[in-house]
Amino acid sequence: MSLLTVDELTVTFTQRGKPDVRAVDGVSFTVDQGEVVGLVGESGCGKSVTSLALMRLLSGRNVKIGGSVVFDGIELLKLRSEEMRDLRGSQLAMIFQDPLSSLNPVVPIGVQVTEILTRHRKLRGEAARKEAAVLLEKVGIPDPTRRLREYPHQMSGGMRQRALIAMAVACAPRLLIADEPTTALDVTIQAQILELLKELVDSQGTALLMITHDLGVVAGLCDDINVLYAGKVVEAAARRPLFAAPTHPYSVGLLNSIPRLDAPRGEPLKPIRGSVNDNIAWADGCAFAPRCDHYTIECLQGPPALTEALTGHRYRCVNPVTTHEPPAVIATEDGR
Amino acid sequence: MSLLELHDLKVHFPIRRGIVFDRTVGHVYAVDGVSLSIESGQTYGLVGESGCGKTTLGRAVLRLNEITAGKVVFDGTDLAQLSEKEMRRRRNRLQMVFQDPLGSLDPRQNVESILVEGLAAHDIGKTRDERRKRVLKTLDAVGLPGNALSRYPHEFSGGQRQRIGIARALVLEPDLIICDEPVSALDVSIQAQVLNLLEGIQQELGLTYLVIAHDLAVVRHISDTIGVMYLGNLVEEASSDDLYAAPRHPYTKALMSAVPVPDPLVEETRERILLTGDLPSPANPPAGCRFHTRCPWRQETRCDTERPELRQIGTGHRVACHFAEQIESGEIRPTSELAAAILPDAEVQTEVPNA
Amino acid sequence: MTTKTDKIDRLAELTAARAEPEHGLGLWREAFRRLKRNPMAVSGAVIVLLFLVIAILAPWLAPYDPEARTWDHEVFQNQNIFVGPRAENWLGLDNAGRDELSRIIVGARQSLLVGVVATGLGFAVGALLGGLAGAAVGLGGRVGQRVDAVIMRVVDMLLAMPSLLLAVSVAAILGPSLLTVMVAVGVTQVPIFARLLRGSMLAQSHSDYVLAANALGVKRRRIVLGHIVPNSLGPVLVQGTLSLATAIIEAAALSYLGLGNPDTSYPEWGSMLADAQRFLSGAPQLAIYPAIVIIITALGFTLLGEAMRESLDPKLRK
Repeated sequence: MSLLTVDELTVTFTQRGKPDVRAVDGVSFTVDQGEVVGLVGESGCGKSVTSLALMRLLSGRNVKIGGSVVFDGIELLKLRSEEMRDLRGSQLAMIFQDPLSSLNPVVPIGVQVTEILTRHRKLRGEAARKEAAVLLEKVGIPDPTRRLREYPHQMSGGMRQRALIAMAVACAPRLLIADEPTTALDVTIQAQILELLKELVDSQGTALLMITHDLGVVAGLCDDINVLYAGKVVEAAARRPLFAAPTHPYSVGLLNSIPRLDAPRGEPLKPIRGSVNDNIAWADGCAFAPRCDHYTIECLQGPPALTEALTGHRYRCVNPVTTHEPPAVIATEDGR
Repeated sequence: MSLLELHDLKVHFPIRRGIVFDRTVGHVYAVDGVSLSIESGQTYGLVGESGCGKTTLGRAVLRLNEITAGKVVFDGTDLAQLSEKEMRRRRNRLQMVFQDPLGSLDPRQNVESILVEGLAAHDIGKTRDERRKRVLKTLDAVGLPGNALSRYPHEFSGGQRQRIGIARALVLEPDLIICDEPVSALDVSIQAQVLNLLEGIQQELGLTYLVIAHDLAVVRHISDTIGVMYLGNLVEEASSDDLYAAPRHPYTKALMSAVPVPDPLVEETRERILLTGDLPSPANPPAGCRFHTRCPWRQETRCDTERPELRQIGTGHRVACHFAEQIESGEIRPTSELAAAILPDAEVQTEVPNA
Repeated sequence: MTTKTDKIDRLAELTAARAEPEHGLGLWREAFRRLKRNPMAVSGAVIVLLFLVIAILAPWLAPYDPEARTWDHEVFQNQNIFVGPRAENWLGLDNAGRDELSRIIVGARQSLLVGVVATGLGFAVGALLGGLAGAAVGLGGRVGQRVDAVIMRVVDMLLAMPSLLLAVSVAAILGPSLLTVMVAVGVTQVPIFARLLRGSMLAQSHSDYVLAANALGVKRRRIVLGHIVPNSLGPVLVQGTLSLATAIIEAAALSYLGLGNPDTSYPEWGSMLADAQRFLSGAPQLAIYPAIVIIITALGFTLLGEAMRESLDPKLRK
């Protein structure tokens, strides 16, 4: 059985005087023990909201969450908030994009790490401090005992992110959720952090849910990948088949949009046209249709279903990309 | 002749302390002696990580920062020597596109007023109609509809805002456009649109670009020549293809191996050079080679005492490393303490795959 | 069979709902639109308008002459005999046998006048000083920095004095008069506006669009006037609205301390409160009525100001 099963998760934001916004619109995926699963998409696709929803970090009267999130046999969405709080930090942990604002600026790093050890592992005093130093050492922070006394602003972005990871893995969580953990960092530091995450997954068997916009990061790290668009998973596959044979026109478009370091220079990029503002509602058809090169009238007959191919590749498209030649330009000029 | 030449450009920011009397207690060596030249009609890509001074350099060319020393020769004139007024007059020939499309547009101006502002500052176009015509032509060139004129920045999407920013630069018909992280604030699918737009405009108008970015893949895609900066210095410069095929400076090698490639096969097999530690502070840069604190190929004494010159190594390839040749030939191996940082991901160790 | 036109029509239909307006909405107009939808703003505006209308129409609204001691034979303050609300005097009589409701209504005039003029004065002088300092820094150079330093040290000195103490000293120096109250309250507002405008101008002058305007070759003067100042006014306007509330309270406080308008032929909320103090045990309502109207007006301005702050905040903009 999977460690985490997310089934038809929906998150709706309501606002007085405005139509409801469905940020997550029926997202389903699973994460197995020791597996790295990626949620990939551009801003506004619902990837971060998904992660916050399953950590139960979205609250307030104007948020409605539906569907189910089962972690290790427990339905998270039905837990009492105290029970959830016990799970967070011990079994489930999360790291965020901006390490500076995720740390308390007026408290030394050491105190912030030992706090977690005291809360979840009942370690106190000297024992907690020693363990904290061990943790910092483990995430590659040099001179950990001195670093424990430092404040977040005295550390570099990379060190802060390492400290956050140390706090997240302090209780050896079974699932680590990383929301754009390297986006704010330089590439050489990003490489260090990604290496660290890989090591943690390998050595501790922690499952990792990686949320990112960067297909390059996903390609090197994730076992399974879910591509999100406008609040739905539009394509899901294991890493190799996804990159070898992307099926949803959006995934294809994304891959064609990225300048690749190893591509011959002068090869033109093939961007996706328009922007997310052009989307139509899923109820009317495929939200991506207005930007899609494969758009046909069938795309507007209600929300497309998730189709499963023999290879285990799943895609939400009535008109998938099968050959990997560049797709024909849309019919506005050439009239197909 | 080169359109833009920098000769030993230095921009140092004083660090001031004190309540009553400001004392200068040190300097941030943001740009510390950079020389380069950009040919007319070409794109020069400047790449480096945060704090390397690339943005400061771009702004210094436009004299938006005070220049500490050195020359900025644009079309035969040293901009650093011009008076404020003369410089202001000349700004129609050098323009800039900014990273943050929303922040760089005044929220209270509509698109027309944003685009007309530059024309008015340089007394281009006599009548309102004349200016409007030129503005409309520019909007069309960047792919925005004419009805955008009366709308405000916050009503546009990120990609469209960046198009407005490009139009603002373009409407003055400049010779050189400095693009400071032109796509890094945009979504991937929109990045490609903007990159294609920049390339299209260049081909049509014969513009010269100085593209400043942290993303090596983006820079490689758009540039003819690439300069790699580290802590205020240019450490390597080569044509885009040469740099990719044969990076010579250890920092360039590390940078290149750290850029993720959206292809699992490449990711699994390529060589990785993981740098240890962080960028030293530009207020207190290391002596000798600025990179020696993180360099896996560091050699005793010379690297930490003698600052390497940017020297020619092959045609059009310049590198600032004492031991570039020896590293290339394998004569110098990565030092033991930092060698652990070089990890081939899979069993098969390959060279960085060629395109 | 579907044709190309079918496809495009259907798509157009689906996207038409969000057709973009031909004319864009400026920031101010959009902020105003948001303001109209904010219940806090609406209630604040209703309160403020109500009191403004009362103040303007006071002579016609007041049922009796506020100064006429028509019923002084019914009130004996020495014997603690007062008259509470009754059919002919809705709020009862004051200690001199005058109609309390009429006094409250007419009192709105002076209280609001003092509030508005004092804030206007503080706003004008403060914004001028702050704007000068901000512009001096924005224009740059050593001279600019000096000008800024001199102005701001003066402002700091004003700021260092407790505002009421400052007002009391001004009132004491100039001698009590209506103008004195306005000046005194206005002076206390000066440093607030000056600091706020300068700070906000400094923040704006580091923004990217100012850099962009510089890169365009726009003259510095035009950058300061055309970009920095308009974008810095938002928080200052908000402060202005909030300051109206404090100004009314401070004006009342000055009157209460006996430093108000010596011309007692017109009622004023602050002096009414002061007068009522002596009869607190016998007729607490005489203190409560002016206190309530002071609180409500202040609340109205505060609500409006807070709502303005929200609607002008660019981060909350959609």
